[in-house]
Amino acid sequence: MAETEKTIRLEVITPDASVLHKDVDFILVRALDGDLGIMPNHAPLIASLDIWPLFYDEQGQRSCITVTSGFLEVSNNTVTIITPAAETPENIDVERAEAAKERAEKRLHVKSQDIDVHRAELALQRALRRIETVEKYGR
Amino acid sequence: MPSAREINRRIKSVTNTQQITKAMKMVSSVRLRRAQERALATAPYTEKIEGMLQRLSAAAPEDGNALFTAREVKRTCYIIIGSDKGLAGAFNSNINKAMVAVLKDKPRNVSYLMATGRKPSEYLKHLHIVPEEKWSGFSDKPQFTQAQNISQEATKKFLSGEFDEVYVIYTKFRSALSQEVRTVKMLPISQPDDDGAKGPKEEYLFAPDAQHVLETLLPQYLDMFIYNSLLQSAASELGARMTAMTSATDNAGELIDRLTVHYNKVRQAGITNELTEIVSGANALQ
Repeated sequence: MAETEKTIRLEVITPDASVLHKDVDFILVRALDGDLGIMPNHAPLIASLDIWPLFYDEQGQRSCITVTSGFLEVSNNTVTIITPAAETPENIDVERAEAAKERAEKRLHVKSQDIDVHRAELALQRALRRIETVEKYGR
Repeated sequence: MPSAREINRRIKSVTNTQQITKAMKMVSSVRLRRAQERALATAPYTEKIEGMLQRLSAAAPEDGNALFTAREVKRTCYIIIGSDKGLAGAFNSNINKAMVAVLKDKPRNVSYLMATGRKPSEYLKHLHIVPEEKWSGFSDKPQFTQAQNISQEATKKFLSGEFDEVYVIYTKFRSALSQEVRTVKMLPISQPDDDGAKGPKEEYLFAPDAQHVLETLLPQYLDMFIYNSLLQSAASELGARMTAMTSATDNAGELIDRLTVHYNKVRQAGITNELTEIVSGANALQ
């Protein structure tokens, strides 16, 4: 067994790039069945994530990154998050998120047969979380 | 024998062509580099997702998931990944060949075709086959969302029983000079082979539970599968175009050299001819 570490490595990987790569003190994510806090030396774990911001503490400083579903794997004191899209607050395009929110809301209001309600709901979720993240933690 | 003026005109036109092929070569080599980088950038993601899949399927009960279950094959879906533009050497004809190989000697109704890129669709039209679905407009710069569309469509139809197998025909990028057409099975997902040679495995916890995580992971794995094939094909297309344009530029250069030699010969012959005429005319006067 490796010696007890004080920090845990956090890696966020999307299909196009490795977004984040840091040693942190604490990670808070929302899995499908509820919040999950991860401290250094966590036991091996695989979890499905919800569309929800991910928080991490780095030297007492709390930061945040949005994660649009995806998975988390803990092993060897490394947390790997794989997700289709992840953005730090500075990288979120608020206008695009607002537009996406309106589009999704409109789609959900028009209760016609040929729309994919599930898909629109997911889109709305993503947009709302992005906007929220920017409002709370951005700039 | 063409006159000197005709040859000169020919040289000019070949020079124009050479300029165009040279520009195309340069453009595609720049874009190839970018496409290669993108194809490489997905490697960690793919690796992780495959690793997770392996660990999950070790933990989750074998049966149960419809995406793993092989059925009796009545209808097969082929996802064909080609390009939108031509002038890429043998790139599209190789894809077309692979496509014809799987389609021939079979009645039309046992295959279900999804074509991406304009070129495969055009070729199918020529064979009087209408693909069930087609996409185009992104062959050389695929985005993840397009991959998601394709894989979700295929998964939905697979689960609803429209077809019982899904294959992807794409071009694997090895280098700018060598690409390889591959036909790979996407669905049903073959269980990652567990050779058990890796020693004792770590015990994983799962949240919510292994079955649940597996259900959410599989669609992502399939999205990635398609995205990867799209990226590989994009890099291959640009690589093939670069090679084709390089040799076109070289050939044009050779042709220009040959024509210039020819032009000089004809011009010289004309001068000699005129001189002979003048000299013999002067001689006749004496």
